Amino acid sequence: MALAEAHAAPAAERPPVVNDFSITVATKNGSGSQTANTALLRALFKMGIPVSGKNLFPSNIQGQPTWYTIRLSRDGFVARRPRAEIVVAMNLATAIEDHTTVEPGGVFMYADEIKIPLNRADLSYYPIPAKKLATENESDPKLRAYVANMVYVGALAHLLGINLDELESALMFHFRGKRKPVDINMKVVRLAAEWAAANLAKTDPFRVERMTATDEMMMIDGNTAAALGAIYGGVTFASWYPITPATSLADALNEYLPQLRIDPETKAPTYAIIQAEDELAALGMVIGAGWAGARSMTSTSGPGISLMTEFVGLGYFAEIPAVIWDVQRMGPSTGLPTRVSQGDIIAAYWAGHGDSKHVCLLPGSVYECFEFGWRAFDLAERLQTPVFVLSDLDLGMNQWMTKPFDYPDQPMDRGKVLSAQDVDRLGGFARYKDVDGDGIGWRTLPGTDHPLAAYFTRGTGHNERAGYSERPDDWEKNMARLARKLETARRLVPRPAEDRVAGAEVALIGFGSTEPAIEEARVRLKKQGLQASYLRLRALPLADSVKDFVAAHQRVYVVEMNAEGQMCQLLRLHALEHATRLIPCNYSDGLPLTARWITEAILEKER
Amino acid sequence: MATVAAPPRGANLIGLAKADYKGLESTLCNGCGHDSISSQIINACYELGIKPEGLVKFSGIGCSSKSPAYFMSRSFGFNALHGRMPSIATGALIANHTLQGIGVSGDGDTGSIGIGQFKHLLRRNLRMVYIVENNGVYGLTKGQFSATADVGQELKYAGRNDLLPIDLCLEAIASGCGFVARSFAGDPKQVVPLIKAALSHRGTAVLDIISPCVTFNNRDESTKSYSWGRAHDERINDFTYVASQDEITVDYEPGEVKEVTMHDGAKIVLKKLDNSHDPTDKLAALRLLEEAREKQQFITGLIYVNSQSQSLAEQQRLGEAPLSRLPEATIRPSPESLVKIIESMR
Repeated sequence: MALAEAHAAPAAERPPVVNDFSITVATKNGSGSQTANTALLRALFKMGIPVSGKNLFPSNIQGQPTWYTIRLSRDGFVARRPRAEIVVAMNLATAIEDHTTVEPGGVFMYADEIKIPLNRADLSYYPIPAKKLATENESDPKLRAYVANMVYVGALAHLLGINLDELESALMFHFRGKRKPVDINMKVVRLAAEWAAANLAKTDPFRVERMTATDEMMMIDGNTAAALGAIYGGVTFASWYPITPATSLADALNEYLPQLRIDPETKAPTYAIIQAEDELAALGMVIGAGWAGARSMTSTSGPGISLMTEFVGLGYFAEIPAVIWDVQRMGPSTGLPTRVSQGDIIAAYWAGHGDSKHVCLLPGSVYECFEFGWRAFDLAERLQTPVFVLSDLDLGMNQWMTKPFDYPDQPMDRGKVLSAQDVDRLGGFARYKDVDGDGIGWRTLPGTDHPLAAYFTRGTGHNERAGYSERPDDWEKNMARLARKLETARRLVPRPAEDRVAGAEVALIGFGSTEPAIEEARVRLKKQGLQASYLRLRALPLADSVKDFVAAHQRVYVVEMNAEGQMCQLLRLHALEHATRLIPCNYSDGLPLTARWITEAILEKER
Repeated sequence: MATVAAPPRGANLIGLAKADYKGLESTLCNGCGHDSISSQIINACYELGIKPEGLVKFSGIGCSSKSPAYFMSRSFGFNALHGRMPSIATGALIANHTLQGIGVSGDGDTGSIGIGQFKHLLRRNLRMVYIVENNGVYGLTKGQFSATADVGQELKYAGRNDLLPIDLCLEAIASGCGFVARSFAGDPKQVVPLIKAALSHRGTAVLDIISPCVTFNNRDESTKSYSWGRAHDERINDFTYVASQDEITVDYEPGEVKEVTMHDGAKIVLKKLDNSHDPTDKLAALRLLEEAREKQQFITGLIYVNSQSQSLAEQQRLGEAPLSRLPEATIRPSPESLVKIIESMR
């Protein structure tokens, strides 16, 4: 195989760029490239280099363009970058456009059957014989297309200096320790690396070097983190309906519950999972189980939330614990099912009919997906209400490095539940009476063995004793108590994370998966002479301290991934006196937010 | 808990009086078929000696779904959303599978808005009694046709119905239900043993009970009226329910009797009538329903029974203790197990 001598090589004497660049791989979905890409990602992680990987994929099973972008950052920045220094083109359909997106001075590696004009003098070009190596070395025709992706893995490994042993252990992780598929893939990786050593002359400055930055870390996707959090939070009942991008959360429950939650003596599961016929039934079952006293949850995305809305209203008004994970995707309607968004903030916060406001937890990392995974049950049972956890596609479906999860640091809070003995001692109880002044009544669980334990649960008007009532005073009293309960929730939910810069006029407010992009943008803004405070919301209802934060700054940019500035609107209502200081900074194109976009958007507004 | 010093007069097997099974006063119209069914639920549970605290009542929305408030106040109840009783019941009865469930729904709640959840409930075979109080009409919204109304029927407000009715018993059998019966609210002698037998079934038991709406659908020509029911009720079988601890004392002639043993050891002793329907024969049950529809016959009795089907709790391999009562030590895995998972993700 001839070298790519036809193309102008950039100056090889450029200083090396080590552990600070991005790689984007363009493939077709369903071609097996996920294995190659996540193996690359984890191998780099195992080399101690801070990395992030983002799958930018279509709503399709096979054959449509898909991109995977890996960012290496020795400084630890893990937000997506809009362009990559190294582009690997494996899909003819997008190759021309992919070629134009390479950062100046970068690398264009391509499957050698792709014939497009390669006319950029600034790039290093590396054609790779992906099909040929796969055909020659894999006898099973079904596997050839899959292992063809390992050719770019091997070639990149050689060119960048990625350790092959780490690639092998990354594949071991991917195939859950199954030797055979690891061997099949590693064979092609090694052959491709050898082929590259013999046939490609390196003309680019990019390479990787071992670091120790990830030694104490783990790498996981947010949906698996959420499922594990739920399991360590004692989830006992789950019902769900398949929907991208939430499906892998239920998949992770199905994977880990049988490993972690079988009674060692009876061998019976200490949980039940039911795949429902739709999202209405999924939340119905969850509310039924929560009413009966089990820690119960569902996971869905925006369209599922709309189907669940009537049940959310019932759960709120009948006061039943439930946990609802909303892994947000782009709306409206069915929207862009495989693209990220933070577009369900208002829909979730006010879900229902009539007056209702819901506790919404806002995890900003996979670490918090785990933490809020268990905390959500404590809140739901303490507050006797449905609790939302608003994750998103980027957090949920992509791999993130994180410090190791901490085991829950407090015993479960099962909330106010009366036993048969309690009911006997009290001589009965009133289900919806505010005995403690926090707006939360005491409940009994079905099956409580006392003649006075039962009550009748309904969404329609009821008095303190759970009796049917359409009396105006009963209704008003009940709604006033629910308002008190919301204030209790405000005190119990996770506090915002604040980083105030003394004397700063400008502040940023963000939440959720945009955290890394915002943190990086702050560094960029500082370099431009703009020091900005930062507050990351971690829950709704909004804490009182958020008002003080807004009041302490002249201009507060609310960064979020939706077109309407939904959180900004909630903040303006919350900090009404300073509403004009809150400036929406809305990003909504379906891809994960970048530091560059935030920096430019804010500098533009500050000009 | 409080103990009862001496069994009251008329105490049942567990020392409770009929009054212990009472509910609140009904707010339904005078003469409503649903109230009659509530009374038969009380009778069945009282006679069987079912502990009210061990039973849970469910309903959806509609007149029928109000009725769980009117029986067994010592039992927990959940008045859910329109058509969504099945999902609430599924969650509650899997979270605590030691409880018995009785659900009361209507023809709109089951046959229209809730038909999907109804069929999926049957597919899962959750152990519960599912009563449809079927009157062919929406009452609370003042007299619209439901999906079980007859073709060509005319109602004062709704006009003429041109659509075919949904036969809920056919739907139930088609969905794999292992206990399907039809009855008439005006025939308490049949309703009570059907409820008892249904409570012994280890899956979902569907009772489609024609329950006249005295306000909107009780004209003589309506097949959902009292007078029609009384004139046309054709029993396909007479039967006696024999609880597992009781002796069989039935005076049926040998040869005309069929026994079905339920999962809990109870027996249904059936006396075959003229048509010789065998309720353990699924195809015969489907044929019976189809022929009755063609001939406009109002057949009542146990249409289909299969006492061997596996319930949802069994499919889920649930242990003895209810999920809802498992202690923290059982439902929160150990710190060591988390360390292992973290190690696997490094």
